[in-house]
Amino acid sequence: MSETTSIPPVIEMCGVDVGALRDQTLTVVANVNWSVAPGEFWVVAGQQQSGKSDLLMLAAGLMTPVRGSCRVFGCDTKNFGEAQIAERLRVGFVFAGGQLFNPLTVAENVALPLRYRKNLSAAAVACEVDALLERLELTPFADAMPANLSANWRQRAALARALILQPELLLLDNPLGGLGGRHRQWLRNFLDQLGRGHEFFGSRPLTIVVSTDDLRPWRDARKKFAVLHEKNFSVAGSWDELAADQNHAVKELLDEPSGAII
Amino acid sequence: MCYAATVRGILAKSFELANTQILRSAARPKSYTDLLGRKLFLLLLTAQGLSAFALITLGVILKKSGVARDVIRPRVRQEISRAGVALLPMFLFLALALGFLVVGQTVSALAKVGATNYLGTTMVIVIVRELGPLLAAVLVLARVGTANVIELGTARALGEVEALEALGIDPVHYLIVPRVIGMALGTFALTIYLILGALGSGYLFAFLQDAALTPGDYFKQIAEALNWLDFALLALKTLAFGFFIAIVTCYHGLAQPLQLEDVSKVAVRAVTQGIVVGVLIDAGFIVLYLVT
Repeated sequence: MSETTSIPPVIEMCGVDVGALRDQTLTVVANVNWSVAPGEFWVVAGQQQSGKSDLLMLAAGLMTPVRGSCRVFGCDTKNFGEAQIAERLRVGFVFAGGQLFNPLTVAENVALPLRYRKNLSAAAVACEVDALLERLELTPFADAMPANLSANWRQRAALARALILQPELLLLDNPLGGLGGRHRQWLRNFLDQLGRGHEFFGSRPLTIVVSTDDLRPWRDARKKFAVLHEKNFSVAGSWDELAADQNHAVKELLDEPSGAII
Repeated sequence: MCYAATVRGILAKSFELANTQILRSAARPKSYTDLLGRKLFLLLLTAQGLSAFALITLGVILKKSGVARDVIRPRVRQEISRAGVALLPMFLFLALALGFLVVGQTVSALAKVGATNYLGTTMVIVIVRELGPLLAAVLVLARVGTANVIELGTARALGEVEALEALGIDPVHYLIVPRVIGMALGTFALTIYLILGALGSGYLFAFLQDAALTPGDYFKQIAEALNWLDFALLALKTLAFGFFIAIVTCYHGLAQPLQLEDVSKVAVRAVTQGIVVGVLIDAGFIVLYLVT
């Protein structure tokens, strides 16, 4: 008799209604049933205001579901308090636009979670931060204030801040939005490396979920896709399944927007 | 349907969420009694929200006193500097002005009518117990409190608070606790400087007007009029002023869900409520002085 061992999902949503961040009594996505296994790379696509950011924030434990249950690393996000901080720190979140702390420099932004959560000496913190900034080509901007950076480098600094605590699940809200061509390419490659297991993070494959309003840059046989449309969340599967989908919402997300430059 | 009936439906939700925005968004009342009712409910909601926020902040101060000291202590020092040291020049100027305008004239007037025996008591009541702490609190509210609302409101509107939570950093611990401690200690220290400066410059003004009172008599009378209770209540009162001004301004900046365009409106509301809270605390201490 063969014995099967099931790996618990990283994210598990059952019958979840997602509320809006600004008004959590307002449901923006209804009845989400979704499971993300360790090491998977998911792309959640939807038009503007379709609830992508709210869904990701819910998955990060920053919001509680209006209805249903959302478990991250087996822990119900309704109980994501101080006692579950270890689970919360396994999740890294990169906001659309970065949301860096404006009074702090880039290096201080990246060092903050490390200084707050880990009992490390200043030298050890500086060593870890410098190494990560170097890896993300941010060293020349270490002492720059976020307001003085372009959107490209702000997004990269936000990625560094999310990675400094070495999360196992990385959530990125529209990470390619507003980036130049070279930076888009660099970010896609870097995320692919993280998904496969980057040597900088001990070659451990990260589970990654990105949201987007344009599916085309994410074309890859390894990735899994889901689509948000009119409050509905539907799992589309692989790129081939997605491309074969006749749903007009999916078609819109695959079509090249007029005047857009990739 | 009357206004009260319309509002009744959303009141439970408002109290449940401690959110005055829900009530503010209701239709405008058509009669004075409805307007009064609306104001009363808003007052109750605000009192509920402020009390809850003050208790949460106190809880975090006590519970997380040992957490992330390397991050929080420099922020506390920074806030003490902002709410205390940085305001010193302005307070010295005000101390001189208060001395010349109030103390000096009072000393001269009392000397002229031969009532210098009451000088110590008058100075202690006017400057030490009332004018000094209240003026210091109002100035800290105006200079630091408004900056608090704008900084926190902007951070909230730009999503920096969610960013802190995503990094496992408690926003109350990181953003509020240093401000509350800094403003409480800053207000206490500035009040002492203001009182000393006002009493000193006041005598200087009276001396220039040839008041028949030696410096020794002047300060001896003030020292005799002071008792241990004045020192204890002055410390308590100024710490309470600083604490509650910080709570009111931080509550409006952080606890209310904000859009960027709401920040200026909320800043005005916070200053108004800060003054009301200051006067209420002052009234409470007057009762305490009378009882003791």
